[in-house]
Amino acid sequence: MTSETRTEPVNDASKEADSGSRRPRGRSTGAVAVSLAWLAVGIPLLWGVVQTLRRSLALFG
Amino acid sequence: MAGLLSKERIIARPGFNRWLIPPCALATHLCIGQAYALSVFNLPLTRQLGVSHSIAGDWKLTQLGWIFTIAIFVLGTSAALFGKWVQAAGPRKSGFVAALCWGVGFLVGALGIQTHQLWLVYLGYGVIGGCGLGIGYITPVSTLIAWFPDRRGMSTGMAIMGFGGGALIASPLSDFLMRHFSSPTSTGVAASWVVLGIVYLIFMLGGAFGYRVPPDDWKPEGWEPRAQETRAMVTQQNVTPGDAVKTPQFWLLWVVLCFNVTAGIGVLGQASAMIQEMFRDRITPSAAAGFVGLLSIFNMAGRFGWASLSDKIGRKATYMCFFVLGTALYTLVPLTGKIGSVALFVACFCIIISMYGGGFATIPAYLADVFGTKYVSAVHGRLLTAWSAAGVLGPVLINYVRELQIAHGIPKSQAYNVTMYIMAFLLVVAFFANLAVRPVAERFHEHPRPLGGRPATAH
Repeated sequence: MTSETRTEPVNDASKEADSGSRRPRGRSTGAVAVSLAWLAVGIPLLWGVVQTLRRSLALFG
Repeated sequence: MAGLLSKERIIARPGFNRWLIPPCALATHLCIGQAYALSVFNLPLTRQLGVSHSIAGDWKLTQLGWIFTIAIFVLGTSAALFGKWVQAAGPRKSGFVAALCWGVGFLVGALGIQTHQLWLVYLGYGVIGGCGLGIGYITPVSTLIAWFPDRRGMSTGMAIMGFGGGALIASPLSDFLMRHFSSPTSTGVAASWVVLGIVYLIFMLGGAFGYRVPPDDWKPEGWEPRAQETRAMVTQQNVTPGDAVKTPQFWLLWVVLCFNVTAGIGVLGQASAMIQEMFRDRITPSAAAGFVGLLSIFNMAGRFGWASLSDKIGRKATYMCFFVLGTALYTLVPLTGKIGSVALFVACFCIIISMYGGGFATIPAYLADVFGTKYVSAVHGRLLTAWSAAGVLGPVLINYVRELQIAHGIPKSQAYNVTMYIMAFLLVVAFFANLAVRPVAERFHEHPRPLGGRPATAH
């Protein structure tokens, strides 16, 4: 879940990865890492929600 | 190892994508949210010796209830005690410690179950795991607020949504594990706890090592703090945790959180019994279980939804919604029983529970607005004692009043009516407490450091 690759100061807001900066490689690396991280938490959460919703159907049955 | 966990080591470098932080926070909260699903182990634990049925020497439900009570109590106290340390240590170190506590808590608890020593379960899950709960709960808060100064509510709401969502995962997962490990000679609970402890440890460590903190003067592109200051309640100053507890604002927010949680927690604990008793012969136990599941989803969704809305309308207005709408809905519940409308009853409680979750999720951003962002984890930790108090107050109120009503000859279907009115009254009190919240007096603001002194990193 990390993407530490650069050494210049981060204070320059224009270099924030998710804010339209002009560094395609950094952006694509960030996008993959972000996607994987979200999948890692999203899949179990979605599974839990689906299981719970299935159980909740008994209320309407 | 100490260097690997240090806060200085995790200052983000250019190119870091701040959207990596919410999944790390979710990884922590999805694990510790298991606490809400602990009750799935209760019945199997009552036949740990007899396996197929309870025998002499098996644990009673009342004894097992203490596991959760201890854990929630330790959650509140450890968050208050270690809040300042969490703030100073940074999210990686505190996330690491939370992961160890939570994972080891399960393993010690499993040993207690296997050897049938309840004190070990209390110590493992209740005390050690409870510390993991408290430290883990507040770990991501200030980091998220630092990365998302423009969306404080949404970011913390996302993390705290995980605490609600953790139960949705843990409940079916625990069922699956117990079925897998059960045998004619074992309930499978101890083995399930070992697996859960290891899985949670790995998952939480993944989250802990993913955390990064922004440099002190970082801000999102195009975002200016001044734009937020148009809201009178949002301060750019900081109040130390020691000074925060001396302000009336802290205690007003304590009441706000405590009463909002009290109203919700009592309902959550009794939801299954309540719907079956209010709609006798119409709601089966499995339908009641479905109702509890539905509440869990609204509890989770409310955390994200309401906290995100608070970024648009302000924290104070969001809590006003909770208390006005909540009071109206609690007052309406007895009527739903009277007219026999299950749909209206379910709708009322789904909204109520969404606001219960929303109350938890919006409070960190409210604290950041009122006391500043620098010490928000520590202040949040101290405020969580309100949760501990509500954890006792809510169930006691709803159970005691119900018993009293039944003892006075009130039919079970109407035994909750007075409780609903009491909950509505609590929300009225909370409404006025929220109304009284004003910006913190200047004398409580932290004094700036002398010229040339570098401000401390405190994300």
